[in-house]
Amino acid sequence: MNALALSNIGHAFLGRTVLDRVGLDIGEGELVALVGPSGCGKSTLLHIAAGLVEPRQGSVIRSYARHAVVFQEPRLLPWATARKNIGMALPERLSGRDRQDRVLAAAAAAALEEEDLDKYPVQLSGGMKQRTAIARGLASEADFLFFDEPFSALDPALRRHMQDIVIRHAGNGRRSGLFITHDMTEAVRIAHRVVVLERRGNGISGERHVPLTPGERDDRMIFETVQRFMKEDPLFRHVEELDERRTG
Amino acid sequence: MHSLAKRVSRTGQFLWSGWSGLAGLSVFAAFWQVVHEAYGSFILPSPLETLTAAQALLGDVSAWQLLLTTSSRALSGFALAGVIGTVAGCIAGFHPAILRLVQPQITLMLGVPPIAWIVLLMIWFGTGSATVTTTAAVACLPIVFLGASEGIASRDRLLDDMALSLGMGQVRRFVRITIPQMLNRLFPILVMALGTAFKAAVMAELLANAGGIGEALAVSRSNLDVANALAWILLSVSALLAVEYGLIQPTRSELEAWRHAARPWGVKR
Repeated sequence: MNALALSNIGHAFLGRTVLDRVGLDIGEGELVALVGPSGCGKSTLLHIAAGLVEPRQGSVIRSYARHAVVFQEPRLLPWATARKNIGMALPERLSGRDRQDRVLAAAAAAALEEEDLDKYPVQLSGGMKQRTAIARGLASEADFLFFDEPFSALDPALRRHMQDIVIRHAGNGRRSGLFITHDMTEAVRIAHRVVVLERRGNGISGERHVPLTPGERDDRMIFETVQRFMKEDPLFRHVEELDERRTG
Repeated sequence: MHSLAKRVSRTGQFLWSGWSGLAGLSVFAAFWQVVHEAYGSFILPSPLETLTAAQALLGDVSAWQLLLTTSSRALSGFALAGVIGTVAGCIAGFHPAILRLVQPQITLMLGVPPIAWIVLLMIWFGTGSATVTTTAAVACLPIVFLGASEGIASRDRLLDDMALSLGMGQVRRFVRITIPQMLNRLFPILVMALGTAFKAAVMAELLANAGGIGEALAVSRSNLDVANALAWILLSVSALLAVEYGLIQPTRSELEAWRHAARPWGVKR
């Protein structure tokens, strides 16, 4: 049973084709990393999958109950405290007590201190803002999580920490997810499967399963896998190419 | 308990900031005094004389009545413009085509001198409260409209997408994501509009002989009673300040506590 099935997706912005005949299935409990050179349409595909953009062609079949998106920017409401920002993901019907508990649980899952919950986004550091955004995604009790290059603005140590949070809550089989990144190490570290989008958005170039499950892989194995992919595997030849002309 | 303490501290800070306001007014009074000493009491009575005159006026019940009349006219004009301008601004902010159609009309409204409005309104409504209220409303409607439409048009669409991705419906998105952003833009403009409403109301009263502070000013003018005229000006400005700091600023600081948090210590207000 697939949690998400994209078939024959095509999209164009102002007549310029961004995606064409893209198909992607994500199984239940599976975390898929989608890689591809900059501007190949990864984000657009994610926005289509998450229902933020209506595709020109193709169909999106979602068999999960709820999803949440962690964006590249934290996208927090500046006028609300971290607590309220996390709480806005919760359903309206919950009682105050339940709300409180769920916010705290989500904050703890994203390694946020309780004392930081009463701060406004302007008072939080970049890492804390992004963690608040992750907590918001986790609080929604989504069974499918979308990640749109969420850690590209963070420094390496912090990024690692965030990846661990993702592995703990999405890579462990309890939730499914689609993770967009252009960092191969990140993809190999957190995902069950790495999928490569063609550099002009013309379908999926191919995919590779990464051995072991996320969280069980050690740094050496991750390093060697990335080296093997990048040096020997023709599939990944274009992944680190830069083509900023086609952003969107 | 915690939030109560925060509130008390915020209120305390707000009241304490009154000192800086008082200091600013004192500087103004000092310049006033200098000019008074240069030109004498007939041209410009001293601040102290004006204060005494204002105090004498306030001892009189009818003066309070006049103040109340003008304030209520200005406020109802302001409220009218606030409601119409905000609603229309929101609609225009969401639909660029409407905004383009309305913008020339706003320019037109801004271009018509207030005095022309008063003449027209006197012909239509006679010389009563309606003329004064409508003048005040017409004077501040365009800026409220522009503020609200700007606030909507410049909203952060990324936040909208975020809320959509969490499954929020259209109404909830509008109330919880769009309105707070719009109010951020609108509040400074409302402060300006309120001042405009008071000015327009007093002017309309003076020209239409419609009672209130405006008429009292007209009487002072015919008696060449500069001290009294200044006292009336002082009172109308005080009424404006009372409304602004008693109503608008507290609402604003309530809604914008986060801005307060963003300021470094020592420059808070």
